[in-house]
Amino acid sequence: MKKKIRIIAAAGFILFLGLSYLMNFSPGEEMGRNIWAFTLDMIKILPCAFILIGLFEVWVKKETVEKHLGEGSLFMGYIWALLLAGTTVGGLYVAFPVAHSLYKKGAKLSVIFTYISAAAVFRVPMAVFEASFMGLKFTAIRFSVSLPLILLSSILLGTYLKKKDYSIRDGELYQKK
Amino acid sequence: MIYFYAGTLFLLLFSFFKDKQKTRQALKIAWKKFAHIAPAFVMVLILMAAVLTALPEHVIARVLGNGQGWISVTAAALIGSVTLMPGFIVFPLCGLLLKQGISYMVLSAFTTTLMMVGVITFPVEKAYFGTRVTVIRNVFSFVTALFVALATGFFFGELGQ
Repeated sequence: MKKKIRIIAAAGFILFLGLSYLMNFSPGEEMGRNIWAFTLDMIKILPCAFILIGLFEVWVKKETVEKHLGEGSLFMGYIWALLLAGTTVGGLYVAFPVAHSLYKKGAKLSVIFTYISAAAVFRVPMAVFEASFMGLKFTAIRFSVSLPLILLSSILLGTYLKKKDYSIRDGELYQKK
Repeated sequence: MIYFYAGTLFLLLFSFFKDKQKTRQALKIAWKKFAHIAPAFVMVLILMAAVLTALPEHVIARVLGNGQGWISVTAAALIGSVTLMPGFIVFPLCGLLLKQGISYMVLSAFTTTLMMVGVITFPVEKAYFGTRVTVIRNVFSFVTALFVALATGFFFGELGQ
């Protein structure tokens, strides 16, 4: 029941956005521009992202993920995480569901955290765009300083959680099921 | 973007020809997952609207441009943490601020926290990973961003100013 209400609320909000667009209702020029850009981004990216996640869950074997991204993967797991992050589109909001699916398939925690942080900073198209405005030096410094820190903090967090025998439970939305 | 669509379509068709049943299942999973998380995304948009009302772009620009010291860096990092902007708006804005003489260090703090720390995306992250992990990850990211800003300041020779 609660789920239905949520879906209706979501649909209502989307309808409202659509209507206000058609009727040229813009709540302040800047704010409208930002939210529109972001909403459009999400609408453009999310359907494809979730279809890809669906295909991934159906086709990729658990053993494959476990072998390359799981406990026994050593440093190659991080390399894969970085490569995957570089080609992720969108931003954190796409990285979260992807990371969650990877985790469910057996990727280890530290690799997951590396992927999430790296997807925030190292997305290739965005980095190119960034360098064109801020200069290559700026982007290069950001990359080379954040990479070791991301790896370090991901491994620390992963080890800490593992020691506590913690496994990511599904968040509230899933628990209600 | 075009490649992304083409790639998805290609994989979907490929999957469909290989196994219709599995493809149907994949789409079902996709929809179910999307429906589960959609409310959290709507929450993110609502939060974003609220933050942008409180902190419109020109206010952000003014705060960032206020000085070059530690206070500016911290302020920039905090603002970056609580806002959410697509890259194609942020970097032109930062390029402009750079020309106006705002230091690389401040802009680095702003953009790095903007990308890595997600106060606004908290509802989505929490839904997937729970509150504790979300908080820890964001704190780590914030610290990382401060280090990155510091290093940026160092390499651009802005630290002593």
